[in-house]
Amino acid sequence: MNAPEPKGKFRVVGTRPVRPDGIDKVTGKAIYGPDFVTAGMIQGAILRSPHAHARIRSIDTSKAEALPGVKAVVTSADFPGQSAKIIAAGETSSSLQNIAATCMANGKVLYIGHAVAAVAATTKAIAEAALKLIVVDYEVLPHVIEVEEALAEGAPILHEGMITKGLDPAPDRPSNASMVFTLAGGDVDAALAASAVTVSGHYRTAPVHQGYIEPHACVASWNADGQGQLWISSQGHFDLRNQTASVLHMPSSDLRTYPLEIGGGFGGKTGIYLEPVAMLLSRKAGRPVRLTMSREDVFNASGPAPGIVADITIGASEDGTLTALKLEFWNQAGAFPGSTIHSGVMTALGAYRLPAYFARGWDVVSNFAGTKAYRAPGAPQVAFVVESCLDDIARKLGIDALDLRLKNAARPGDPGPTRVPHGAIGYVECLEAAKAHPHWSAPLGPNQGRGVAGAFWGNYGGQSTAAVALAADGSVQVTTGSPDIGGSRASMAIMAAETLGVPYESVRVTIADTGSIGYSMVTGGSRVTFATGKAVIGAAQKVIATLVERAASLFGVEPGQVEWRDGAAHCLDGERAGESLSISAIAGKAGQFSGPIVAELAVNPLDYLPAFAVHICDTEVDPETGNVSIIRYTTVQDVGTAIHPDYVEGQMQGGAVQGIGWALNEAYVFDGNGRMENPGFLDYRMPVASDLPMIDTVMVEVPNPAHPYGVKGVGEAPIVPPLAAVANAVARATGLPMRQLPLSPDRVWAAIQAAK
Amino acid sequence: MSKIAVSTTVNGDPAEFLCDAGESLLDALRGSLGLTGSKEGCGSGDCGACTVMLNGQMVCSCLVLAVEAEGKSIATIEGVAEGSVLHPVQRQFLEHGALQCGFCTPGFIVAAKALLEVNPDPDETEIRYWLAGNLCRCTGYDKIVRAVSAAAAELRQERSAA
Amino acid sequence: MTVQTYHAPRTREEAVALLAADPAARVLSGGTDLIVQMRAGRAAPSSIVDIKNISAMQAVLGNDGRYTIGAAMPCTGLLRDEGLCKAWPGVVEAANLIGSVQVRNRATMGGNLCNASPAADSVPALIAAGATVLVVGPAGMREVPVEDIPVSPGKTSLAAGEFVAEIRLPVRPPRSADAYLRSIPRTEMDIAVVGAGVSLTLDEAGTCTAARVALGAVAPTAIVVPEAGAALVGTKLDDAALDAMAAAVRAACRPIDDKRGTAEYRTAMAGVLAKRTALIAAARARGEA
Repeated sequence: MNAPEPKGKFRVVGTRPVRPDGIDKVTGKAIYGPDFVTAGMIQGAILRSPHAHARIRSIDTSKAEALPGVKAVVTSADFPGQSAKIIAAGETSSSLQNIAATCMANGKVLYIGHAVAAVAATTKAIAEAALKLIVVDYEVLPHVIEVEEALAEGAPILHEGMITKGLDPAPDRPSNASMVFTLAGGDVDAALAASAVTVSGHYRTAPVHQGYIEPHACVASWNADGQGQLWISSQGHFDLRNQTASVLHMPSSDLRTYPLEIGGGFGGKTGIYLEPVAMLLSRKAGRPVRLTMSREDVFNASGPAPGIVADITIGASEDGTLTALKLEFWNQAGAFPGSTIHSGVMTALGAYRLPAYFARGWDVVSNFAGTKAYRAPGAPQVAFVVESCLDDIARKLGIDALDLRLKNAARPGDPGPTRVPHGAIGYVECLEAAKAHPHWSAPLGPNQGRGVAGAFWGNYGGQSTAAVALAADGSVQVTTGSPDIGGSRASMAIMAAETLGVPYESVRVTIADTGSIGYSMVTGGSRVTFATGKAVIGAAQKVIATLVERAASLFGVEPGQVEWRDGAAHCLDGERAGESLSISAIAGKAGQFSGPIVAELAVNPLDYLPAFAVHICDTEVDPETGNVSIIRYTTVQDVGTAIHPDYVEGQMQGGAVQGIGWALNEAYVFDGNGRMENPGFLDYRMPVASDLPMIDTVMVEVPNPAHPYGVKGVGEAPIVPPLAAVANAVARATGLPMRQLPLSPDRVWAAIQAAK
Repeated sequence: MSKIAVSTTVNGDPAEFLCDAGESLLDALRGSLGLTGSKEGCGSGDCGACTVMLNGQMVCSCLVLAVEAEGKSIATIEGVAEGSVLHPVQRQFLEHGALQCGFCTPGFIVAAKALLEVNPDPDETEIRYWLAGNLCRCTGYDKIVRAVSAAAAELRQERSAA
Repeated sequence: MTVQTYHAPRTREEAVALLAADPAARVLSGGTDLIVQMRAGRAAPSSIVDIKNISAMQAVLGNDGRYTIGAAMPCTGLLRDEGLCKAWPGVVEAANLIGSVQVRNRATMGGNLCNASPAADSVPALIAAGATVLVVGPAGMREVPVEDIPVSPGKTSLAAGEFVAEIRLPVRPPRSADAYLRSIPRTEMDIAVVGAGVSLTLDEAGTCTAARVALGAVAPTAIVVPEAGAALVGTKLDDAALDAMAAAVRAACRPIDDKRGTAEYRTAMAGVLAKRTALIAAARARGEA
């Protein structure tokens, strides 16, 4: 059953039905994180650090506690002691100490906006007034923001005693570099020396935010018997429950966690910020407590993605065959270790045949909020570096940018990033589709330039649980634990309907709380349609097995003589050959058998495949002002099989536009005190509708043979190429290298002036 | 500080609430009236998720004081559908997959409906500039623009048939 | 928010009395700056005096070629007055670059002026237009040129208890027009990195007989640059005249480096934008646009 069925055979897969949760979301009925209310709920507020780096000498909360209406005050003293044990934290992992310190500063504040105390009161106004009565005595310490400052001799150390991991021999002194990850093969220096051409470059990008429109919010209730409830908007209520319970030293099963609708996450809602604080407030107050972040809090205190500093050299022969790649990059990890250097290194190595390579990433902490996963975490920055440098090679050799990539593109069986051979990848197919697209050969006007970039994201499988249950009327209930951020209820219903042979509309999908279904990992890593989908399909197949068994009994034949087809059991043999029993006819007779028809399946599939993408971008640069307009944009991606094409295209378009924002204007801007100067949507300039053209999509379908319908993850790959696609387009429009993002008008203008 | 009593009209029905002098209309809608369809993404008028109609003009309800609603007429996302019949903008958002997380969607729908009331046949550029005050981080706006265009065509057809 | 009371006076006199009674009161017009500042804790008025319900405060009145605009007229409301749009296209377009449609349905030129941001979009256009404002207060009424209202970022020359009630635009000679352009990284929703307003008059031969050039976001307040206007007068806006004007504009710039742009970039853009704005205004004056 593992071979993909030919596309023509699908009845439901590949269609575009309306999502089951659609009406609630277009009428304002859907309940998101900040919308949830429960009986007796009171309001919390958090006091945040005004210093980028300081020791907390003391906190006096007595005046706040005395304010009428205040029901609880919490500081780090209320948290249990934490160990250095590493636990899963969404798409990455972190120590319990650091997970807890992300929620509440312990002894030291590491960034402006770091939580230092919290209050719960009968109204938000009273809670906020109480914050002003809390006295914190800080010993202000010198701070660092940029990687170079953080690694400089004598730099203030954020985490005392932190020794860089991954270096041999290990350094003998602490530093702000938490870890180094290296992959190397062949003699890279010799290969570069022997190359006909080499191109080098120094690159830099700034930290950027995921920019979900819904600020973080939760409601917590913790009873005296130790049992609690959490209502959260997150990418994974099981993982956030586990993190919260671990930090609070409580059994996970004591903390029932309910998923609310989530207003965007992009990796940024895979970890805890507010939850344990709300729990502790609730336990003290004896009331459910709501905590929310303001937009400013979201920028200051929830995970941006790291900035990067990088040096690269790529070598090639005269005909454009790549000979070697040497890359070293430093991730601006923010306050806590654990930025995504591994995926950065792999991004540099998985897309092209490289006889010799050396790729090393450094994880460097500094005094702004600890970075979190952001859609293909770690990959876009490195792809910007590699794909820009490749463009330099193409120009130097006078080779078409797509031809250069086609010549060197990884094919199935070629070594992947960790030298494990690639499976059924579709990079060549994507490059060929890009080349054949009318966009690639369309004429350009004055001051316009066309850039291209390819890239991949490894995707993921991971643990998921799903249940499929039939009602007596044959309608289908699918239950998963995977929050739906972008239409996954629809894709689950499609796959269940396809498997069972029933109409899409007869399948309903519920995202259950932690008390109602087994564990599922976060919605992240482009894993849900693949892994949770496999669980749904597998559970549906178990349901079919039961239906066939019962039909056989009703037909009076062996199960092998019954075929399940088009939502009905068909008798192939015996007296009743040619007769059929519908799903409702069988389900309605559950009382005659061993009970209702229900199946659950837990999976942990490892046979996921990476997604490759190629983006083409046309820009027009105003030579007098440096303003860059995106005038045409095409995304090409190997999507495996598009289960619901609207939502696959939506992922491609949305990822591309996030990448365009990253390339053009988005950046954390810090002042000399380590304060983010632009913690709002006005000055953190995400793309608005009028900044963009239509985003053309070409879905290339190279199915994953390990998934019943050929699914590959699609959500993250689309944000990997745009940084380089835009920068390459601007470089070609201006004739100048563009090696620092964002390409804001003043930066592009300055480059044009410098070249005059 | 005593509360101020406000009498207003919300989605055609009389509504009354008590508010503080400095409270935003958004907080009153979401808190006092339980209309949580209007969302707060920023609280500073930069995201449009709280868009409502105030006396026929679309505004960010986070930038309106609740007391200003006295005697006025407010229309929110909860009043866009007529009973269980979706407005063409709502239906086309669903048909085009013009939402992913859905958090910005109420603001977009209120704003798009307002556009089609003043401009029944907007071109792509007009749609994009009208909606520039509504941030969407999921879709890249492509399918939203298509949905609004399709809703405009549907409404024009309805009008010419009427 | 600590604000205790909200007043919605019906007359100017009532408003004056309310403001006189509470030195910590703030005037509410469109609220798109004040409400944001209150929320962020940057403004903490004890009471709010909403001037929108005062008669004529949300009206545009044309009289013998002069225009009087109520200080609480929303920016989008200006678009509904055809005469105003024809006489002062630069003022109307400047006011309608602020924020989004949602914001412009509330935001007013009176508020834009009194918020005293050096980057306010409508202010350079109003200064270039030679606009004045009617200031009302406990000592009576006075008419003040727009450029005299802001004195530094966030500070105005208004005395305690005074507020702006009207914006007045003068009579237009024939073959006159104005224009406003700004530099922003995106296409909408940004604060001007630089803004340039130009208002000019041509004679029948196309020679410029009068010109005012004003700039935003290049100094602590929006500024008028008389030397820039003078560089255009007596010319047909040929390249040499435009270059001379741009040089005068750059010489007048005293910008800062900040999150929105470098001082060097702002100065250069002021010259670029002033040229482009002057060309648009001239084309309009010739009836070409």
